[in-house]
Amino acid sequence: MIKNFFIIAILAGLAAIFVTLFWDFGDSETLTPLATHYATNGATEVGAPNLVTSIVVTYRGFDTLGEVTILFLVASIVSFFLKREKVQKEIAPKRETSEIILTAAKLLVPIVMLLGVYVFINGHLTPGGGFQGGAIIATAFVLLLMANPDFEINHKIIATVESVSGIAFVLIGVLGILLAGGFLDNKVLPLGTFGKIFSAGAIPLIYSFVGLKVGSELSNILSNLQGVQKEEM
Amino acid sequence: MEIIALITGFALILIGLYGILSKKNIIKIIVGFSLFDTGLHVLIVTVGYIKGGTAPILDSVVGTTNVASKIVDPVPQALVLTAIVIGLGVTALMLAYALKMYQAKKSLDISDFKDMKW
Repeated sequence: MIKNFFIIAILAGLAAIFVTLFWDFGDSETLTPLATHYATNGATEVGAPNLVTSIVVTYRGFDTLGEVTILFLVASIVSFFLKREKVQKEIAPKRETSEIILTAAKLLVPIVMLLGVYVFINGHLTPGGGFQGGAIIATAFVLLLMANPDFEINHKIIATVESVSGIAFVLIGVLGILLAGGFLDNKVLPLGTFGKIFSAGAIPLIYSFVGLKVGSELSNILSNLQGVQKEEM
Repeated sequence: MEIIALITGFALILIGLYGILSKKNIIKIIVGFSLFDTGLHVLIVTVGYIKGGTAPILDSVVGTTNVASKIVDPVPQALVLTAIVIGLGVTALMLAYALKMYQAKKSLDISDFKDMKW
Protein backbone atom coordinates (compact mmCIF):
# COMPACT_ATOMS: atom_id res chain seq x y z
CA MET A 1 0.00 0.00 0.00
CA ILE A 2 2.69 2.48 1.06
CA LYS A 3 4.74 1.34 -1.95
CA ASN A 4 1.89 2.10 -4.33
CA PHE A 5 1.54 5.51 -2.76
CA PHE A 6 5.23 6.24 -3.40
CA ILE A 7 4.96 5.11 -7.02
CA ILE A 8 1.94 7.34 -7.60
CA ALA A 9 3.70 10.26 -5.88
CA ILE A 10 6.82 9.89 -8.05
CA LEU A 11 4.78 9.59 -11.24
CA ALA A 12 2.61 12.58 -10.29
CA GLY A 13 5.69 14.68 -9.52
CA LEU A 14 7.27 13.79 -12.84
CA ALA A 15 3.97 14.46 -14.64
CA ALA A 16 3.80 17.91 -13.01
CA ILE A 17 7.34 18.67 -14.27
CA PHE A 18 6.38 17.44 -17.74
CA VAL A 19 3.24 19.62 -17.82
CA THR A 20 5.31 22.75 -17.06
CA LEU A 21 7.86 21.72 -19.70
CA PHE A 22 5.02 21.14 -22.15
CA TRP A 23 3.49 24.61 -21.62
CA ASP A 24 6.87 26.31 -21.86
CA PHE A 25 7.77 24.56 -25.10
CA GLY A 26 8.02 27.05 -27.93
CA ASP A 27 8.80 25.64 -31.32
CA SER A 28 11.98 27.06 -32.79
CA GLU A 29 11.90 29.15 -35.93
CA THR A 30 15.64 29.11 -36.71
CA LEU A 31 18.46 26.62 -36.35
CA THR A 32 21.07 26.88 -33.60
CA PRO A 33 24.42 28.40 -34.72
CA LEU A 34 26.07 24.96 -34.69
CA ALA A 35 23.36 23.41 -36.86
CA THR A 36 23.48 26.43 -39.19
CA HIS A 37 27.20 25.83 -39.69
CA TYR A 38 26.60 22.16 -40.47
CA ALA A 39 23.74 23.03 -42.85
CA THR A 40 25.57 25.74 -44.80
CA ASN A 41 29.05 24.19 -44.92
CA GLY A 42 28.22 20.48 -44.74
CA ALA A 43 27.87 20.07 -48.50
CA THR A 44 31.26 21.65 -49.28
CA GLU A 45 33.22 20.41 -46.24
CA VAL A 46 32.06 16.80 -46.13
CA GLY A 47 30.21 16.32 -49.42
CA ALA A 48 27.46 14.06 -48.05
CA PRO A 49 23.82 14.95 -48.84
CA ASN A 50 22.62 13.31 -45.62
CA LEU A 51 23.62 15.83 -42.95
CA VAL A 52 22.94 13.40 -40.09
CA THR A 53 25.49 11.04 -41.63
CA SER A 54 28.06 13.78 -42.06
CA ILE A 55 27.64 14.69 -38.37
CA VAL A 56 27.75 11.09 -37.15
CA VAL A 57 30.67 9.92 -39.29
CA THR A 58 32.84 13.02 -39.77
CA TYR A 59 32.06 15.98 -37.47
CA ARG A 60 31.48 13.66 -34.51
CA GLY A 61 33.35 10.64 -35.84
CA PHE A 62 35.17 10.11 -32.57
CA ASP A 63 31.79 9.79 -30.85
CA THR A 64 30.83 7.04 -33.30
CA LEU A 65 34.07 5.20 -32.62
CA GLY A 66 33.15 5.23 -28.92
CA GLU A 67 29.65 4.03 -29.78
CA VAL A 68 31.00 1.11 -31.81
CA THR A 69 33.33 0.31 -28.90
CA ILE A 70 30.39 0.21 -26.47
CA LEU A 71 28.52 -2.17 -28.77
CA PHE A 72 31.64 -4.34 -29.02
CA LEU A 73 31.93 -4.37 -25.21
CA VAL A 74 28.27 -5.36 -24.86
CA ALA A 75 28.72 -8.21 -27.35
CA SER A 76 31.81 -9.51 -25.56
CA ILE A 77 30.25 -9.18 -22.08
CA VAL A 78 27.13 -11.04 -23.23
CA SER A 79 29.17 -13.83 -24.81
CA PHE A 80 31.40 -14.05 -21.72
CA PHE A 81 28.43 -13.98 -19.40
CA LEU A 82 26.34 -16.54 -21.26
CA LYS A 83 29.26 -18.82 -21.97
CA ARG A 84 27.88 -22.19 -22.94
CA GLU A 85 28.87 -25.17 -20.86
CA LYS A 86 30.11 -28.06 -22.92
CA VAL A 87 27.62 -30.49 -21.37
CA GLN A 88 24.68 -30.83 -23.73
CA LYS A 89 21.53 -31.83 -21.93
CA GLU A 90 18.81 -33.96 -23.44
CA ILE A 91 16.83 -31.66 -25.67
CA ALA A 92 13.11 -32.09 -25.37
CA PRO A 93 11.27 -32.68 -28.66
CA LYS A 94 10.15 -29.43 -30.18
CA ARG A 95 7.12 -28.50 -32.18
CA GLU A 96 7.96 -28.27 -35.86
CA THR A 97 8.38 -24.83 -37.34
CA SER A 98 5.38 -23.76 -39.34
CA GLU A 99 5.50 -24.01 -43.10
CA ILE A 100 4.94 -20.27 -43.49
CA ILE A 101 8.03 -19.29 -41.50
CA LEU A 102 10.19 -21.93 -43.23
CA THR A 103 9.24 -20.73 -46.71
CA ALA A 104 9.43 -17.07 -45.73
CA ALA A 105 12.91 -17.56 -44.29
CA LYS A 106 14.16 -19.26 -47.46
CA LEU A 107 12.70 -16.50 -49.59
CA LEU A 108 13.44 -13.46 -47.46
CA VAL A 109 16.83 -14.00 -45.78
CA PRO A 110 18.95 -13.13 -48.86
CA ILE A 111 16.71 -10.17 -49.73
CA VAL A 112 16.81 -8.81 -46.16
CA MET A 113 20.60 -9.08 -46.11
CA LEU A 114 20.79 -7.30 -49.47
CA LEU A 115 18.54 -4.55 -48.10
CA GLY A 116 20.88 -4.16 -45.12
CA VAL A 117 23.90 -3.81 -47.40
CA TYR A 118 21.97 -1.31 -49.56
CA VAL A 119 21.06 0.76 -46.50
CA PHE A 120 24.62 1.07 -45.21
CA ILE A 121 26.26 1.65 -48.61
CA ASN A 122 23.78 4.47 -49.35
CA GLY A 123 24.10 5.89 -45.82
CA HIS A 124 25.50 9.20 -47.07
CA LEU A 125 22.74 9.72 -49.66
CA THR A 126 19.49 8.46 -48.15
CA PRO A 127 18.13 7.98 -44.63
CA GLY A 128 20.02 5.11 -43.07
CA GLY A 129 23.59 4.17 -42.40
CA GLY A 130 25.87 1.67 -40.79
CA PHE A 131 23.93 1.09 -37.58
CA GLN A 132 20.57 0.77 -39.32
CA GLY A 133 21.99 -1.52 -42.03
CA GLY A 134 23.70 -3.67 -39.39
CA ALA A 135 20.43 -4.00 -37.49
CA ILE A 136 18.62 -5.07 -40.69
CA ILE A 137 21.29 -7.73 -41.33
CA ALA A 138 20.79 -9.01 -37.78
CA THR A 139 17.03 -9.34 -38.40
CA ALA A 140 17.88 -11.78 -41.21
CA PHE A 141 19.61 -13.90 -38.56
CA VAL A 142 16.53 -13.65 -36.32
CA LEU A 143 14.43 -15.04 -39.17
CA LEU A 144 16.94 -17.86 -39.70
CA LEU A 145 16.90 -18.72 -35.99
CA MET A 146 13.10 -18.68 -35.91
CA ALA A 147 12.85 -20.99 -38.91
CA ASN A 148 15.50 -23.37 -37.64
CA PRO A 149 16.11 -23.17 -33.87
CA ASP A 150 19.08 -25.54 -34.14
CA PHE A 151 20.83 -23.24 -36.58
CA GLU A 152 24.37 -22.45 -35.44
CA ILE A 153 25.92 -19.22 -36.62
CA ASN A 154 29.55 -19.78 -37.56
CA HIS A 155 31.39 -17.93 -34.80
CA LYS A 156 34.73 -17.92 -36.61
CA ILE A 157 33.35 -16.04 -39.63
CA ILE A 158 31.49 -13.58 -37.40
CA ALA A 159 34.55 -12.92 -35.23
CA THR A 160 36.75 -12.40 -38.31
CA VAL A 161 34.31 -10.01 -40.02
CA GLU A 162 33.84 -8.11 -36.77
CA SER A 163 37.53 -7.65 -35.94
CA VAL A 164 38.62 -6.90 -39.53
CA SER A 165 35.99 -4.18 -39.93
CA GLY A 166 36.80 -2.73 -36.50
CA ILE A 167 40.52 -2.52 -37.32
CA ALA A 168 39.74 -1.05 -40.76
CA PHE A 169 37.57 1.66 -39.16
CA VAL A 170 40.40 2.73 -36.84
CA LEU A 171 42.98 2.50 -39.67
CA ILE A 172 40.93 4.85 -41.87
CA GLY A 173 40.80 7.21 -38.91
CA VAL A 174 44.60 7.08 -38.47
CA LEU A 175 45.05 7.61 -42.25
CA GLY A 176 43.03 10.79 -41.77
CA ILE A 177 45.76 12.11 -39.41
CA LEU A 178 48.48 11.29 -41.96
CA LEU A 179 46.80 12.35 -45.22
CA ALA A 180 44.08 14.84 -44.25
CA GLY A 181 43.02 17.23 -41.51
CA GLY A 182 42.76 14.93 -38.50
CA PHE A 183 41.48 11.72 -36.96
CA LEU A 184 38.57 10.25 -39.01
CA ASP A 185 38.71 13.08 -41.57
CA ASN A 186 36.84 11.83 -44.65
CA LYS A 187 39.09 13.65 -47.17
CA VAL A 188 41.40 10.62 -47.25
CA LEU A 189 39.66 9.81 -50.54
CA PRO A 190 38.58 12.49 -53.07
CA LEU A 191 35.17 14.00 -52.33
CA GLY A 192 33.84 13.17 -55.81
CA THR A 193 30.58 14.38 -57.34
CA PHE A 194 28.01 15.54 -54.78
CA GLY A 195 25.12 13.06 -54.57
CA LYS A 196 26.81 10.12 -56.31
CA ILE A 197 27.39 6.79 -54.54
CA PHE A 198 31.19 7.02 -54.69
CA SER A 199 31.44 10.46 -53.14
CA ALA A 200 31.88 12.08 -49.73
CA GLY A 201 35.41 10.71 -49.33
CA ALA A 202 35.74 7.86 -46.86
CA ILE A 203 32.14 7.98 -45.55
CA PRO A 204 30.74 5.05 -47.62
CA LEU A 205 33.81 2.99 -46.69
CA ILE A 206 33.58 3.82 -42.96
CA TYR A 207 29.82 3.21 -42.90
CA SER A 208 30.23 -0.14 -44.68
CA PHE A 209 32.71 -1.26 -42.03
CA VAL A 210 30.43 0.03 -39.26
CA GLY A 211 27.51 -1.84 -40.85
CA LEU A 212 29.42 -5.12 -41.06
CA LYS A 213 30.67 -4.70 -37.51
CA VAL A 214 27.25 -3.88 -36.04
CA GLY A 215 25.61 -6.69 -38.02
CA SER A 216 28.08 -9.30 -36.82
CA GLU A 217 27.98 -8.05 -33.21
CA LEU A 218 24.18 -8.14 -33.06
CA SER A 219 24.14 -11.63 -34.63
CA ASN A 220 26.69 -12.69 -32.02
CA ILE A 221 24.49 -11.42 -29.16
CA LEU A 222 21.47 -13.16 -30.70
CA SER A 223 23.23 -16.49 -31.09
CA ASN A 224 24.44 -16.33 -27.49
CA LEU A 225 20.93 -15.68 -26.18
CA GLN A 226 19.65 -18.49 -28.42
CA GLY A 227 22.34 -20.87 -27.14
CA VAL A 228 21.26 -20.41 -23.53
CA GLN A 229 17.64 -20.93 -24.48
CA LYS A 230 18.56 -24.22 -26.13
CA GLU A 231 20.05 -25.45 -22.84
CA GLU A 232 16.86 -24.57 -20.97
CA MET A 233 14.68 -26.81 -23.09
CA MET B 1 2.85 18.26 -34.96
CA GLU B 2 5.30 18.88 -32.16
CA ILE B 3 2.43 18.79 -29.64
CA ILE B 4 1.62 15.19 -30.65
CA ALA B 5 5.29 14.25 -30.42
CA LEU B 6 5.68 15.91 -27.00
CA ILE B 7 2.59 14.22 -25.56
CA THR B 8 3.71 10.84 -26.96
CA GLY B 9 7.21 11.27 -25.52
CA PHE B 10 6.08 12.33 -22.05
CA ALA B 11 3.40 9.59 -21.96
CA LEU B 12 5.91 6.91 -22.99
CA ILE B 13 8.34 8.05 -20.27
CA LEU B 14 5.59 7.93 -17.62
CA ILE B 15 4.32 4.50 -18.75
CA GLY B 16 7.87 3.18 -18.79
CA LEU B 17 8.63 4.50 -15.30
CA TYR B 18 5.35 3.03 -14.02
CA GLY B 19 6.38 -0.34 -15.45
CA ILE B 20 9.85 -0.14 -13.91
CA LEU B 21 8.51 0.77 -10.46
CA SER B 22 5.42 -1.42 -10.14
CA LYS B 23 6.00 -4.64 -12.11
CA LYS B 24 7.38 -7.78 -10.47
CA ASN B 25 8.40 -9.67 -13.59
CA ILE B 26 11.98 -8.85 -14.66
CA ILE B 27 11.11 -9.06 -18.38
CA LYS B 28 8.31 -6.52 -17.85
CA ILE B 29 10.77 -4.21 -16.05
CA ILE B 30 13.09 -4.44 -19.07
CA VAL B 31 10.16 -3.58 -21.36
CA GLY B 32 9.56 -0.56 -19.09
CA PHE B 33 13.17 0.56 -19.59
CA SER B 34 12.74 0.23 -23.37
CA LEU B 35 9.57 2.37 -23.28
CA PHE B 36 11.36 5.01 -21.18
CA ASP B 37 14.20 5.01 -23.74
CA THR B 38 11.83 5.43 -26.68
CA GLY B 39 10.03 8.31 -25.01
CA LEU B 40 13.34 10.11 -24.45
CA HIS B 41 14.30 9.61 -28.10
CA VAL B 42 10.98 11.07 -29.29
CA LEU B 43 11.50 14.10 -27.02
CA ILE B 44 15.09 14.75 -28.15
CA VAL B 45 14.08 14.63 -31.82
CA THR B 46 11.14 16.97 -31.07
CA VAL B 47 13.51 19.54 -29.51
CA GLY B 48 15.31 19.77 -32.88
CA TYR B 49 12.10 20.38 -34.83
CA ILE B 50 11.91 23.63 -36.79
CA LYS B 51 8.48 24.83 -37.90
CA GLY B 52 7.98 23.86 -41.56
CA GLY B 53 11.38 22.23 -41.84
CA THR B 54 12.05 19.05 -43.77
CA ALA B 55 14.46 16.15 -43.25
CA PRO B 56 18.15 17.24 -43.19
CA ILE B 57 19.02 15.55 -46.48
CA LEU B 58 20.24 17.79 -49.30
CA ASP B 59 18.40 16.08 -52.17
CA SER B 60 16.99 17.65 -55.33
CA VAL B 61 14.07 19.19 -53.41
CA VAL B 62 16.11 20.95 -50.72
CA GLY B 63 19.02 21.85 -52.99
CA THR B 64 22.36 23.11 -51.70
CA THR B 65 21.68 26.83 -51.41
CA ASN B 66 20.05 28.53 -48.42
CA VAL B 67 19.75 25.16 -46.69
CA ALA B 68 19.61 26.52 -43.14
CA SER B 69 16.08 27.89 -43.56
CA LYS B 70 14.60 24.67 -44.98
CA ILE B 71 15.69 21.79 -42.73
CA VAL B 72 15.18 20.67 -39.15
CA ASP B 73 18.11 20.50 -36.73
CA PRO B 74 20.29 17.45 -37.63
CA VAL B 75 22.31 17.48 -34.37
CA PRO B 76 19.60 15.98 -32.05
CA GLN B 77 18.92 13.32 -34.69
CA ALA B 78 22.59 12.33 -34.72
CA LEU B 79 22.56 12.22 -30.91
CA VAL B 80 19.43 10.04 -30.90
CA LEU B 81 21.14 7.65 -33.34
CA THR B 82 23.86 7.22 -30.71
CA ALA B 83 21.30 6.93 -27.91
CA ILE B 84 19.36 4.18 -29.73
CA VAL B 85 22.51 2.09 -30.12
CA ILE B 86 23.43 2.55 -26.45
CA GLY B 87 19.84 1.69 -25.47
CA LEU B 88 20.09 -1.51 -27.49
CA GLY B 89 23.32 -2.42 -25.71
CA VAL B 90 21.76 -1.78 -22.30
CA THR B 91 18.71 -3.89 -23.21
CA ALA B 92 20.92 -6.75 -24.41
CA LEU B 93 22.88 -6.68 -21.14
CA MET B 94 19.70 -6.60 -19.04
CA LEU B 95 18.28 -9.56 -20.96
CA ALA B 96 21.51 -11.51 -20.45
CA TYR B 97 21.38 -10.81 -16.70
CA ALA B 98 17.70 -11.81 -16.63
CA LEU B 99 18.62 -15.14 -18.28
CA LYS B 100 21.36 -15.73 -15.70
CA MET B 101 19.03 -14.84 -12.83
CA TYR B 102 16.43 -17.25 -14.18
CA GLN B 103 19.06 -20.00 -14.39
CA ALA B 104 20.07 -19.35 -10.78
CA LYS B 105 16.63 -19.45 -9.15
CA LYS B 106 14.24 -20.66 -11.87
CA SER B 107 12.16 -17.58 -11.30
CA LEU B 108 11.72 -14.20 -12.98
CA ASP B 109 9.90 -12.61 -10.03
CA ILE B 110 11.97 -9.73 -8.68
CA SER B 111 10.75 -10.39 -5.09
CA ASP B 112 12.48 -13.79 -5.13
CA PHE B 113 15.86 -12.07 -5.31
CA LYS B 114 16.45 -10.71 -1.82
CA ASP B 115 20.09 -11.72 -1.36
CA MET B 116 21.35 -8.19 -1.80
CA LYS B 117 18.50 -6.52 0.06
CA TRP B 118 19.05 -5.14 3.54
